[in-house]
Amino acid sequence: IACLVMYLFAEFDDAANLLAANPDATTISIDEPVEIPKNQHSRLQEPGREEDDELLGTDDSDKTELLAGQKKSAPFWTFDYYQTFFDVDTYQVLDRIKGSVFPVPGKNFVRLYIRSNPDLYGPFWICATLVFTIAVSGNLSNFFIHLGKPTYHYVPEFRKVSIAATTIYAYAWLVPLALWGFLMWRNSKVMNIVSYSFLEIVCVYGYSLFIYIPTAILWIIPQQVVRWVLVAFSLCLSGSVLVMTFWPAVRDDNRRIAVATVATILLLHALLAVGCLAYFFDAPELDIPAPIIPAHNGTTVVTKSH
Amino acid sequence: FPGLADVSISQDIPVEGEITVPVGSSSPDEDYSTLDEPVKDTIMRDLKAVGKKFVHVMYPRKSSALLRDWDLWGPLVLCVALALMLQGGSADSKDDGGPQFAEVFVIIWFGAIVITLNSKLLGGTISFFQSLCVLGYCVMPLTVAMLVCRLVLLADVGTISFIIRLIVVGAMFAWSTLASTAFLADSQPPNRKVLVMYPIFLFYFVISWMILTFTPQ
Repeated sequence: IACLVMYLFAEFDDAANLLAANPDATTISIDEPVEIPKNQHSRLQEPGREEDDELLGTDDSDKTELLAGQKKSAPFWTFDYYQTFFDVDTYQVLDRIKGSVFPVPGKNFVRLYIRSNPDLYGPFWICATLVFTIAVSGNLSNFFIHLGKPTYHYVPEFRKVSIAATTIYAYAWLVPLALWGFLMWRNSKVMNIVSYSFLEIVCVYGYSLFIYIPTAILWIIPQQVVRWVLVAFSLCLSGSVLVMTFWPAVRDDNRRIAVATVATILLLHALLAVGCLAYFFDAPELDIPAPIIPAHNGTTVVTKSH
Repeated sequence: FPGLADVSISQDIPVEGEITVPVGSSSPDEDYSTLDEPVKDTIMRDLKAVGKKFVHVMYPRKSSALLRDWDLWGPLVLCVALALMLQGGSADSKDDGGPQFAEVFVIIWFGAIVITLNSKLLGGTISFFQSLCVLGYCVMPLTVAMLVCRLVLLADVGTISFIIRLIVVGAMFAWSTLASTAFLADSQPPNRKVLVMYPIFLFYFVISWMILTFTPQ
């Protein structure tokens, strides 16, 4: 196995030299996941790690991996380059959404659904939908909570749309950037078997936000208990997708760093959910007690409703 | 030049073309310049083109008028009208009110541009400005809905007016979406139609929401 690893390092050196010598050559982007040929890959594994097979989806065909490596060869200033990121059909997008909502234990979202064809359609439009869903649901929820109060005057609160947009798009693009940078840095220190390109991380994050869309709609229900249960539930589902995706990428690293990374990912995800709930949805407050009405037998009546 | 002796044109390449130079024609029938016509003619021609497109949106059929002779006058007029009508809403503080004029403008134009880019990236065959033209013209039912809403709100602000406004805005939203689908659906690759139509649905939904939540002072 040590010889194999040395051989792989030598191959990477050659590739780097080739790139340095001829920078204008059309090359496969170095962001591509490490394309280890299948037979070598299985020899790399220790006997006890069958779970790697499942997590990495070795039911892929060799042809898919080879063809995928030849895709993004247009220079980045042409329109065709960006078209390669929208090379998905309707059923593929729906499959990816389904995979983010129903995480199959042991299956890696990236390997199973994305398969070296990350798209930008899903992340972008899921974020857009989420922005408007949160703004509209928050507005509706506040309307229903305050309905009936004599001093309440409905306002559309349109300013919150831009705040929601900034928050959600920043989360969906900056956190993957930071995570990708961090993983690349760790990769240079510890040889990881699994590494993701920036677009694949953006893709996973984008699709994992999908569960918050129905959650935001259900947050209209003005019960705190219901809302927090929904937060926990959606966090479990999308958090598990993220964990199962990124655990193989940090597992080979120092134990503490691996656990800290995964914990940070989950923490940021939870922070987004809780922050949106707190800012866009007013708390369903208890009504102030009505003025004390003296009944005819002298007892006081206090009404309270929520 | 000895080397040129064996240069010859191959037999199977036909050489053809015209060697007569056409003299500038001076007959008045072929004069297509519009510089000399009265200004009224110029304006009426453009107005008629815009009006014809409005009619096409009202009764959406597969017509090439919207696509082939695209123009952006209609969308501009509709956008400005809608943005103006959305002004004057209630605002306790600057943060809580409805969309400002610039925000409506940005949402409509930026939204239309993003949707057009999206459909082109997914492999659509429609040109950039044709798509902008269609999306802009199909805002017309929603502008009509806004007008109706403002009139209804003049009369009454209660629940009944809300129900009327909800029905009107809902119907116009469906009309807008169906109209733009009728024009844009054919130029999309068949297995990606839903991917292209969903952003259009979202776009008109947001505009409908802005119209429905408009409350006067």
